[in-house]
Amino acid sequence: MTSATLAPDRPAPRRTVRSGRRLTRASGLGLGVAMLWFSLLVLIPLTAVVVTASDGGWAEFWATVTNQQTLAAIELTVGTAFLVTLINIVMGTTIAWVLVRDDRFVGRRVLEVLIDIPFALPTIVAGLVLLSLYGPDSPLGVNIANTRVAVFFAFLFVTLPFVVRTVQPVLAELDREAEEAAASLGASRFTVFRRIILPSLTPAIAAGAALSFARGVSEYGSLVLLSGNLPMRTEVTSVRILSSIENDNLEGAAAVAAVLLVISFVVIVAVDVIQRRVVRRG
Amino acid sequence: MADRRTGTAVHNRPGPARHVLRLVVTVYLVLLVAWPVALVGRNAFGNGLTDLEGILNDPDVVHALRLTVTVAVTAVLINTVFGVGISLLLVRYDFPGKRLLNALLDVPLSVSPIVVGLALVLVYGGRSGWFGPTLESAGFQVIFATPGIVLATVFVALPLVIREVVPVLQEVGDEQEQAARSLGAGAVQTFLRITLPTIKWGVVYGVVLSLARSLGEFGAVKVVSGNVLGQTRTATLVVEEKYLNFDKGGAYATALLLTLVAVAAIIVVSVLRPKEPR
Repeated sequence: MTSATLAPDRPAPRRTVRSGRRLTRASGLGLGVAMLWFSLLVLIPLTAVVVTASDGGWAEFWATVTNQQTLAAIELTVGTAFLVTLINIVMGTTIAWVLVRDDRFVGRRVLEVLIDIPFALPTIVAGLVLLSLYGPDSPLGVNIANTRVAVFFAFLFVTLPFVVRTVQPVLAELDREAEEAAASLGASRFTVFRRIILPSLTPAIAAGAALSFARGVSEYGSLVLLSGNLPMRTEVTSVRILSSIENDNLEGAAAVAAVLLVISFVVIVAVDVIQRRVVRRG
Repeated sequence: MADRRTGTAVHNRPGPARHVLRLVVTVYLVLLVAWPVALVGRNAFGNGLTDLEGILNDPDVVHALRLTVTVAVTAVLINTVFGVGISLLLVRYDFPGKRLLNALLDVPLSVSPIVVGLALVLVYGGRSGWFGPTLESAGFQVIFATPGIVLATVFVALPLVIREVVPVLQEVGDEQEQAARSLGAGAVQTFLRITLPTIKWGVVYGVVLSLARSLGEFGAVKVVSGNVLGQTRTATLVVEEKYLNFDKGGAYATALLLTLVAVAAIIVVSVLRPKEPR
């Protein structure tokens, strides 16, 4: 089944693949070409990052990564991404709930479009967009530009779709009989939600949260105009890597990049494990 | 559907909680998305049509827009061919390492664009890259040239077509394909007559999403392009450059063009996509 909405980063449990035919000569050739392209484009370059990071040995890698300014950047990035993910868990689930269950709400179609905007909007434009409401010319009279709050807002904006879009299809397919049974036995709405609905949603929420965390940690474009990139204060990891690249310090850039790759890798494995569990249950 | 409506009369009565939830969600999305995005439109027309005319009459901006469209279209074509091919292989065939490949295909979605740019520079960079010097001595420059921008764009948008096509392929099954083949159709004929029509809409969504993503890529392109005015500067890089050079009007006008494309893509997909599966 396809979900009813544009869901860029929903997990793909349907991709746990059923058994198919064995490769023919033509399809084997196709697989070879595809793998060659994928290697040249993705696998070899990412390997180059890890190899370059380890070129100088463990001591040099560790020194680069634990450099005071780099550590501050990693701390800010991971901390903010974590906080934003917590908010996404609550707000994303709430938004998904309203979109699926509140079928008399006329504004749903508009909300659907709003949720996908952060995915389709270029990140540099996302920064500009937030700056126009929360920057120096804000009609609200607040100015968060060049502060850590700006990093928080940028992450919140770009990670908005993830939890919503992973929870929404699961919520839509949920069997309502158990809820009705519980309600008819006198359970309050809150009890029904906590005891019956929430357990079925947990894997989807977790998958969405992992994706949202990964996206936050790797964010760059939306911060360029918004956060000022002040060292030790608002500089995130991606910006730190970029300034190493611009100073022609590719080894240093690769070391910090390797840390980000490890974080992405852990997240991908986590999502995969969670989805396998979902599939087994379903 | 029917029993859902009759059975949940209790739940469907809008209680106070429901109104609170509606309000919270609406306020949150207005403050985070709707209002800021609307302000871009207002700021772009802050000086009437001058800013928009300004960027459209600036040969460097026009060049950047052209480059962006060329790169995006090329990247989408590559990703569509690769995406449909790899989806067919994943769904219809068995081969060792399939599960690993399946997981690796999603990697580009969670890698920072700056890391993507760095990775490509390390391999294709003209001075010290793994393959770069060899390619360059053969007269083929990748980094700081258009091929690098295309590679970066293809990388970041890689999984989008696959994510749309694989579920459709799995849902339709391969009975029709087998029937066609048993009636004597060749592989190409089966693909064009049977497979392609059934996955048509999946491919269309994937293409629209990839196009939106490709037109808007910024970080990876910034690293590999060199950002040379009139040569390798793309539309998103124009937004940054204009804003940092205190041409806010120009930045907002360019941003508006990119926003319109993004919103159009979302609306196209949400209108085309059937609201209820089946």
